[in-house]
Amino acid sequence: MSEENENKPTTEQPAGSAPAEPGAEQATPAQSAAAQPATEQATPAQPSEQSATAQPAAEQPAAEAPRKETDEEKAARRKAAFEAKQAAKAAAAQAAAEAAKAAQQANASAPATAETPAAAAEGAPAGESPPAPPAPPSPSQPRLNRVVTLLRELVAEDAVEESYINEPNDHLPTLVIKNEHWLQSAQLFRNHTELACNYLRNVSGVDYETYMEVVYYPWNMDAREGYCIKVKVDREQPSVASATPIWETANWNEREIYDLLGIDFPGHPDLRRIMMPDDWEGHPLRKDYVPLDPEV
Amino acid sequence: MIRTEELLLNVGPQHPSTHGVFRIVVKLDGEIITEATPVMGYLHRGTEKLAENLNYTQIIPYTDRMDYVSAMTNNYVLVHAVEKMMGLEVPERAEFLRLVVMELQRIASHLVWWGTYLLDIGAISPFLYAFSDRERILGLFNELCGARLTYNYMRVGGVKWDAPDGWIDRVKTFVKDMYVRLDEYHNLVSGNEIFLARIKGIGQYDVKTAIEYGLSGANLRCTGVDWDLRKAEPYSLYDRFDFDVVVGKNGDCYDRYLCRLGEITQSLRILEQALEQFPGEGDTMGKVPRVIRPPAGEIYVRIESPRGEIGCHIVSKGKAEPYRLKFRRPSFVNLQILPKLLIGENMTNMVTILGGIDIVLGEVDC
Repeated sequence: MSEENENKPTTEQPAGSAPAEPGAEQATPAQSAAAQPATEQATPAQPSEQSATAQPAAEQPAAEAPRKETDEEKAARRKAAFEAKQAAKAAAAQAAAEAAKAAQQANASAPATAETPAAAAEGAPAGESPPAPPAPPSPSQPRLNRVVTLLRELVAEDAVEESYINEPNDHLPTLVIKNEHWLQSAQLFRNHTELACNYLRNVSGVDYETYMEVVYYPWNMDAREGYCIKVKVDREQPSVASATPIWETANWNEREIYDLLGIDFPGHPDLRRIMMPDDWEGHPLRKDYVPLDPEV
Repeated sequence: MIRTEELLLNVGPQHPSTHGVFRIVVKLDGEIITEATPVMGYLHRGTEKLAENLNYTQIIPYTDRMDYVSAMTNNYVLVHAVEKMMGLEVPERAEFLRLVVMELQRIASHLVWWGTYLLDIGAISPFLYAFSDRERILGLFNELCGARLTYNYMRVGGVKWDAPDGWIDRVKTFVKDMYVRLDEYHNLVSGNEIFLARIKGIGQYDVKTAIEYGLSGANLRCTGVDWDLRKAEPYSLYDRFDFDVVVGKNGDCYDRYLCRLGEITQSLRILEQALEQFPGEGDTMGKVPRVIRPPAGEIYVRIESPRGEIGCHIVSKGKAEPYRLKFRRPSFVNLQILPKLLIGENMTNMVTILGGIDIVLGEVDC
């Protein structure tokens, strides 16, 4: 019974792997719209150029030759659409990055300019339509500004690499902190009376292929608010100061990250593998991990 | 003169009291534990790695196999995270169905805990009581989705199956019966002197320690912290219903016991209200794109599983597969406090304390 159930997702969603080419999302509604008149005519259900772009005007006597052309044209159109989308994305990302930089500088001098960082945060996850209308400032923005100011004043001027509001994630203030300032920043998060994050919700490690990242989610149990802190590490010799002396929760989480991603945590009281056997070679969650035994 | 020496004892990995494949290496001085080292990973299947090559719908059955005693809440945390990333709307009827199965699951999970915990301590009959009632819940789930343990029931945007005819009424009957059974449970066990002697004041810790170790669920609430994600950060439809967060005071095994049984009552209350308001008509699937591709970005979503805060951290690059998927498993985090609790305890209390934490090894190892 349960085995049958287990197999369901694959049969149910064959589309999961089929439209591998990017930009297929825009094409699918047009395809399905075009497919119906095509089947009525009992011709191969290839959407013609007109039907894909305009109303289903499939009544037009489409000859054999033009149809082949339309296929190619369609491919070209898709490619063009994809490239345009990529370009737009890149432009948006760049704009967002610049806006974020500007926002950081603005935050340092005057935290009153709340509109720019909000726009930056908006632009980053959406990745589309660069001239986005200025969104209302996030309710978490003052909190983020305050943390950035505190870190600048009490840890180091350049402690914060990047800061933004993660809007889909309940406006979670997110900070990227320089590796060498991480331990001091963590102590600040734990001990500063305004932050007082006494609870650590989660620790994740992510391999981004060119670098790796450890993500901490500290939480203030009394004020009931939290942050997301990211620490970027070099991929060749990954090492992040352990947060275990500050939050006991980090202990096994860091062991797990050490085990599966190979990030070293100096200052950890007992850094051993936790999931894999002690003599295991490699770190499975790395993107370039190759299993030792190909049979497995 | 008696010669004494330290004894190194392996408990597990195949020992019924460890509730799965879990090993504790204890150093004993007579009967007193001087050091305890947990060893795990026997059930590590690499779910997070496997997920990187699967689309989101295909990952759902893997979540069933993490905390296999509470598969519905695991289903939910994944689909909820994806829905949040994509900003999808879930039809009301689907959300009601989800809430009902999650609360039924919470009761079923606590029943497993209650039965096996008492079995650990040495009482056999409660196990039979608990499993006969849990069987009714599994029967209801079986009617709903054709599986008793690994349901694969929820989907991004809704649920897979609508409730069959009369199902809601059968759940109503179950809720009514369960109140009576719960009283029986209390009569049978809760006041038993031998039982109280075994668990009162055992495995005690204070609020500060609990927070320091990142405990959640009944393990945190037993110290008196009013922290239930259903109330603190309402998800699904929990803000519509009236229920209390059950908290303890002393932070010992007995308070954890009372918290969990109290939670069954609260779940029954939620169910009563939810079944009363259950929409008669409606879709069970929302409007979902054929290929689920959350926009590039990342999210950390948490919900209250029977064991505590279960979280799902997704890093998406806008593809059909997650770039990185990390589960924050409550059993894994809660278990960290075990070595600290065991030091200085009598060996007989080891089973009591470990059982009191309520772990599921499928979730610890993931």
